[in-house]
Amino acid sequence: MSSFDTTSTGSIATVSPSARRSSAWHARAQEGGNVLEIDDLHITATASGADVISDVELDLKPSEILALVGESGSGKTTVGLAVLGHFRTGLTHACGTVWLYPSDADEPAEMTALPDATLRQLRGARVSYIPQDPALSLNPGMRVGEQISEVLDIHGFGSSAEERAERVRSVLREVGLPDDEAYQRRWPHQLSGGQQQRIGIAMAFAMYPDVLVLDEPTTGLDVATQAQVLDTIREMTVRNKVAGLYITHDLAVVAEIADRIAVMLRGRIVEQGGCADVLERPQHDYTKTLLAAVPDLAGRNRIGDFERADVPADEKAAAEARATAAEENRKTHLLTTDATHASPAAEAATASGPETGTSGTAGPETGTASPETGTSGTGGATAASEVSERQPTAPATDAVLQVRGLGLSYGPKTILESIDLDLRAGECTLLLGESGSGKTTLARSIAGLNDGYTGDVIYRGETIARSTRQRSIGQRTDIQYIFQSPFSSLNPRRTIGESLAVPLEMAGGLSAAQRREQVKDALDAVRLGRQFHDRRPGDLSGGERQRAAIARALVNMPSVLICDEITSALDVSVQASIISLLRTLQDERGLAMLFVTHNIALARHIASRVAVLNAGRIVDDGPVDAVLENPQHTYTQELLANVPSL
Amino acid sequence: MIARLILQRLAISIVILFAVSLIIFFATVLLPGDPARAILGQQATPERIAAINEQMNLNEPPLTRYFLWLGGLFVGDLGTSVATGQPVSQLLSDRVGSSVVLMVAAALISVPAGVILGIVSALRRGKAVDNTVTGLSLVLAALPEFVVGIALVAFFSTTVFTILPAVTMRPPGTQVWDFPSQLILPIAVLVLVVTPYIARMMRATMLEVLDSGYVEMARLKGVPERRVIFRHALPHAIGPVAQVIAIQLAWMAGGVVVVEFLFRFPGLGQALIDAVDYRDVQVVQAVTMIVALIYVIVNLLADIVGILTNPKLRTGGDA
Amino acid sequence: MTTTPPPHTGAADRDSSVVEQRADLDPATTASAAAPSLATKDAHTGQRNTVLTRFWAQKQAKVGVIITAAVVLLAFLGPLFVPWATGYTTTEFVARPFQPDGIAGSDNLGRDVFTRFIGGGLTLLLYALLATLIGLILGVLFGMTAAYTGGWLDSLIMRSNDVLLAIPQLVFALLAITVLGPQGWVLVTVIGITHAPRIARVARSATLGVINEDYIRAAEMYAMPRLRLLTREIMPNITGPMAVEAGLRLTYSIGAIASLSFLGLGMQPPTADWGLMINENRIALSIQPWGVLLPVAAIALLTIGTNLIADSIARASATSNVGEQ
Repeated sequence: MSSFDTTSTGSIATVSPSARRSSAWHARAQEGGNVLEIDDLHITATASGADVISDVELDLKPSEILALVGESGSGKTTVGLAVLGHFRTGLTHACGTVWLYPSDADEPAEMTALPDATLRQLRGARVSYIPQDPALSLNPGMRVGEQISEVLDIHGFGSSAEERAERVRSVLREVGLPDDEAYQRRWPHQLSGGQQQRIGIAMAFAMYPDVLVLDEPTTGLDVATQAQVLDTIREMTVRNKVAGLYITHDLAVVAEIADRIAVMLRGRIVEQGGCADVLERPQHDYTKTLLAAVPDLAGRNRIGDFERADVPADEKAAAEARATAAEENRKTHLLTTDATHASPAAEAATASGPETGTSGTAGPETGTASPETGTSGTGGATAASEVSERQPTAPATDAVLQVRGLGLSYGPKTILESIDLDLRAGECTLLLGESGSGKTTLARSIAGLNDGYTGDVIYRGETIARSTRQRSIGQRTDIQYIFQSPFSSLNPRRTIGESLAVPLEMAGGLSAAQRREQVKDALDAVRLGRQFHDRRPGDLSGGERQRAAIARALVNMPSVLICDEITSALDVSVQASIISLLRTLQDERGLAMLFVTHNIALARHIASRVAVLNAGRIVDDGPVDAVLENPQHTYTQELLANVPSL
Repeated sequence: MIARLILQRLAISIVILFAVSLIIFFATVLLPGDPARAILGQQATPERIAAINEQMNLNEPPLTRYFLWLGGLFVGDLGTSVATGQPVSQLLSDRVGSSVVLMVAAALISVPAGVILGIVSALRRGKAVDNTVTGLSLVLAALPEFVVGIALVAFFSTTVFTILPAVTMRPPGTQVWDFPSQLILPIAVLVLVVTPYIARMMRATMLEVLDSGYVEMARLKGVPERRVIFRHALPHAIGPVAQVIAIQLAWMAGGVVVVEFLFRFPGLGQALIDAVDYRDVQVVQAVTMIVALIYVIVNLLADIVGILTNPKLRTGGDA
Repeated sequence: MTTTPPPHTGAADRDSSVVEQRADLDPATTASAAAPSLATKDAHTGQRNTVLTRFWAQKQAKVGVIITAAVVLLAFLGPLFVPWATGYTTTEFVARPFQPDGIAGSDNLGRDVFTRFIGGGLTLLLYALLATLIGLILGVLFGMTAAYTGGWLDSLIMRSNDVLLAIPQLVFALLAITVLGPQGWVLVTVIGITHAPRIARVARSATLGVINEDYIRAAEMYAMPRLRLLTREIMPNITGPMAVEAGLRLTYSIGAIASLSFLGLGMQPPTADWGLMINENRIALSIQPWGVLLPVAAIALLTIGTNLIADSIARASATSNVGEQ
């Protein structure tokens, strides 16, 4: 897996530029102490004076990787940058200390109180940073070799330009990149995402730092590249005795790479301990929720169920009845009102705990105390540990929607090629593909948002027009598509109610009052609550927005639902609740669903079938178990081998 | 790759100039009104109208006249001024130089001044220097040229001081640059009008670049601040700002008309105003065409700067 | 793509707020600098944080509104006080030229300067407003159409824009005046038309920023009629940059029309008009400064005021999308 040139380096003592035998670092390292100590760190927002980071205490030993885990907005990047003595605009260091024990000085340095000049000497040399998005943090106007050698020049590595040039070559080899002159003369835009990230890693390691801050360095990389980059990082930290602070939201990655874990919630560290301890015996409730929300390939960890309350038996029965009713009456518009009114229990559940205001970034969504109606038919099986086998409520033989020989190319570039896909009622198909595989293009072609394809999309035995505008009203309302980003899919200037009424207006046949009622019912169905009708997207959290977007897709009672990466912009706990909601809705309404994602670990949590898309072709297609346990194509095999897991 | 892009831009520029010539010609020809009668006014007799029509090819169909006119442009024949009876090229030849002196001098001052003020302002964001520069440039950017001009004249030539000439005198046989003191106020007006825009755009572009991930990364690498600015930030601001500078310099070609009128400066702008007064269509056409040519050339240069400072364009998208 | 290169990308001409607008379209660039979790919380604290409140929160906005209002009031109400408050009409000869009679003396022909001053702003203001309106309507129409339809129509509209932009506004106006004469409708129309390509550029780029949002795709998906899509989904989301544009163009309209009058090619004698007054009285700047300084001050205050307002709108609407991100 790893592509190192292991002959290029020896131990730190022989290659380190400082080659000192005594320093603050050496003293610390010898007695087994910490080389980085963060104590009582407080960072406030300059404008309001409110704490963004409170009471953070962390320490790091050489060769150790500490994972700093938290969801978006938890302040983990802010802490990471504080290690380098950097505070972004709008943030002020209030109090607390960050002590660094550098290997080139006898005295430790307090990073938050250093004069700029001293700080610059340490940054990039003794403590370095690997940023999240290499595409944004590599200078597009500088050749990659120069960006690495710049670090060495500034910090005066070695004694000659020759020595520095040699170091550039050796560090490039260490991160598994070519070291020749031609490669060094490339511009960032000429490299792939994985290669760009390796340049970032090379820059960070060039000076043999003592402490490394890694800010989600594998986000945005595909699984195979992520595995390679993680290996590179792991190897280099151990070999160079670097202490690593690994910032991430991905607990599965943490399990692969970290020695210890610190969990952050709203600017505080709520739990800290050894990797195995925290992952296996979490103490804090938030850690437990977070862990329960992580989808795993085996499907043992039924995400979305963690918040499940005790469900009264009669509520289950009501939901079951509703599901049946839904199946029977699906094509009539009257149904919505019928179905919802027939289940007061569901309304009660919504009223008891809708998602509250700001919860989106702060923690798990508390509002989804919904009955797990998804497995209502096989209630006993849910309790069993093996839940991976999901039974469709209505095992249909005929496909509601068929894709036959679909292809698409832009000029000479082929995006999709002879795609065949069947969607059946009550069945969810997971369409797996990495970035660039063409999965969104395929999903949009089916939804009628791309009309440039060849081949056929057949709905209920009838080939339908390529563009939604040419499709019949019935076809348009029956096939619904949900967009990836809830931050983009709702018009910020219009209320949720206005946005959700659009499908009904365009389908026609309802009065304004009827539309309003139906929209409110849909808001109930996605467990948002009717009070969201008059709010604007700006007032909603990401999870709430995505629920509203789902409600828009459901308002017309569709039979086919296409979900395009709808959880990828959301935090893991929000993802879990959305997945849970989708499961419920799908089973209630017997939807034929296509769940498009890059995350294969979700397969057993939502889908009964998996189709794997690679470079525009479907390379594996079958029931979940068959594909996951016995993948046919080498691409799927590799993918499964590289998926990190808890 | 670069050569191809530049050639492409060059071709576009030529097409634009061609389209401009169409607009200028047909706007002045096809609109209502009898040019000969307009020129002659009260003295219009049928014979004189016929003579003028003959002299200006007015009897030919418009398309033929257009090509005659366009062909003339290529060989420097800009037609004959109906007001003075002189060839237009002769009328304008010594005025072009005067205007160009004015504009080049203004550009040489305002471009570096605007760029430096913009950078300083961006680097001192929110500080007193920045607030002063932003505030002043906002006020100056609002003012029409003649307001700035009158204010300067009032201050330096009449009511407060009388140290600088308010009008330009040019005895026959001399050039405008023989009297440097007469150039100060006209140039100052152009500089005061153009600099604020460049400074504002430079500041805004620079702020955007300073907020970028790669500038933050450079700082986290320990790059000294001076190098952060000159090596990491500034090169990315040059392309966009070059565009704005080009547009400002082209704008100056319009502003120079007002400034020349105000100071009675014997340049193209003054000639244009006189020509509009006398409805001297040939001169108006010629001056407009010259101004458009300046605009297109300046823009072409800015495009080339943009191409040269963008490694993506320079190397193409592939590896 | 390679066949339709954007020759003069992004930057609009004479457009001081280009970047604020660009930030408006791309919230990610500005949001990255903002403290995490601050912006999104405003909505929940009860106090509404709208473009309007952010606009009013700025000192320069208040200054801009006050001085603009003062000059506009003077221009609109001034003519009502003529002649009963000042005693003279704007064209009446009351004294010998350049006499210090009355409040501000007499002008080059012996008319009362103060009377002409309070009576001379209305036409300028009305013409400028009309010209701006014409420019906005044409510009928004063409800009939105270009962005929304794309393809050859987009190329055609934008290339035509480039051609029109090659002739400076003032020179274009002079060309029109040469042919059609210095009449009011000519001034208004030609200034409006020459604004249009500049506004169209901004409208197009604002629309492009919106059009790639998924809510537009969603509207397409539900087969919303195109006209309704433009007016209900797109238009409300480009009001910010368009309001800025309106303010800027008003500033430049005032400047352009006043400049033409100053050149003697706009409003014609004996009309009382600020630009024309400056032209008529500037020879006597040293002996009778009021005839020049009053109208110069009024025009300066007016353009500064409208520009301050435009800039404040730009600042207010640039931060708005950060909160929505």
